[in-house]
Amino acid sequence: MADDTIIEVRDVHKTFVSETKRTLWSRLTGRPHVEKRVEVLKGVDLVVHRGETIAILGSSGSGKSTLLRCINKLETIEAGRIYVNGHLIGYEERDGGLIAEKASITAQKRTDIGFVFQHFNLFLNKTALGNVMAPLRDVKKLSASEARNIAVPNLEMVGLGDKMENYPSKLSGGQKQRVAIARALAMEPSVMLFDEPTSALDPELVGEVLSVIKKIAQQGTTMVIVTHEMQFAREIADRIVVMDQGIIVEEGPPSQIFTAPQHPKTRALLSRSGILPA
Amino acid sequence: MDFITNTLAVFPALLFAVPVVVQLALGAMALALVLGLLIALARISNIKILRGIATFYLEVIRGTPLLVQLVYIFFVLPSIGVSIEPVPAGILGLGLNYAAYLSEVFRSAILSVEHGQTEAALSLGYTPTKTLWKVVIPQSFVVSMGPIGNYFIAMVKDTALTSVIAVTEILKTANILNSQTFQTTAIYTAAAILYLIISLPLSRIVVVLERKARANG
Repeated sequence: MADDTIIEVRDVHKTFVSETKRTLWSRLTGRPHVEKRVEVLKGVDLVVHRGETIAILGSSGSGKSTLLRCINKLETIEAGRIYVNGHLIGYEERDGGLIAEKASITAQKRTDIGFVFQHFNLFLNKTALGNVMAPLRDVKKLSASEARNIAVPNLEMVGLGDKMENYPSKLSGGQKQRVAIARALAMEPSVMLFDEPTSALDPELVGEVLSVIKKIAQQGTTMVIVTHEMQFAREIADRIVVMDQGIIVEEGPPSQIFTAPQHPKTRALLSRSGILPA
Repeated sequence: MDFITNTLAVFPALLFAVPVVVQLALGAMALALVLGLLIALARISNIKILRGIATFYLEVIRGTPLLVQLVYIFFVLPSIGVSIEPVPAGILGLGLNYAAYLSEVFRSAILSVEHGQTEAALSLGYTPTKTLWKVVIPQSFVVSMGPIGNYFIAMVKDTALTSVIAVTEILKTANILNSQTFQTTAIYTAAAILYLIISLPLSRIVVVLERKARANG
């Protein structure tokens, strides 16, 4: 593994299993309930190097969010390996197979991976400052003053120096997402993962969040962004990854992907977004 | 006019029972809160036997009258060598009973905390246990504040049941006064009014606390 590799995803497979609800009728007739299996990742390989900004594009259901969630073990995987900073995430290797590792070890590894959710997921019972301080206090065991000294500059960096005492209910969607970004960044992770960070925002609030993400990228933070914002991806990413139906169909620099896409699925995606003529 | 004067005359004697009611209600509530949370956690745990024990406890408590439970603790336990004084027995009975009801409040409040809160905590490196104690349970208290308050008021009134196990709370004091003076109407009217005087402000406090808790949510 090269020294500057931050994330290595190797042949990852993931299947969602949903059980259809047992109805009264199925119980009376004794018909077994049916399992529904959907393979969402069908062998994904991806390498992210230090300082890189990767944008993952794809239509909904392509598996891009699932891939991102697997990287910090918010989802389990059935096969393959995911390494962050050389550490196998979520599993121990035993006899060539994977067994789940202790939750406390996964937790330790997650402190090195920042994650920003589509729906912000701020702690509703804490102020903006409280949200950023909480993991510093609870996970990193810093004192209140140490945590504050880290939290305040991070909130100022995302432009919320004047909203620190506000509860999430008193913040706009864009402000909430910026607090969430500050909260993840304050843990000083090796990599930041963004799962459709602007998809839940009103159109007029998208810009403020994107400009914060751009600012972080320019500071050299390693990032993987799942997004539908094509122009933003083109502007910010070093590399574009296109997913479709559980596999990566194409990857390359934005200049190539946006002007000379090779794969028909990429062309279809870009023309649907109005970037390529249909 | 006689009725009003007589009723007012009974109050001082009944007031002596108020500290006992306070002692019963606070003691039993403390027990019910701690035990209720533990039962709720057992009910949502992955360990089957814990779930089984907690569910069994819940069904036994909810399926039998509080009055019978109090009588059982005070009159039956001594036969196996466990004698408990009236007030501690009252606290134990009320506490064990309300723990079952509060556990259902806690359980539904814990389950009502959005899954996104859990995911956020996990993604920041909280262990599952820490997520539960630092993120989920504190938020569930906001939701459970109102129901807990209402159960507390109900419990204050249920302290009257401990009169049958020799606790000299308000009703028992009234019974004693009645057997001495036979001013039945005045005595029990005064007792009822005294319960009202205690519980009305409490329900106001619950409303205010609930509003305060929600304001930040």
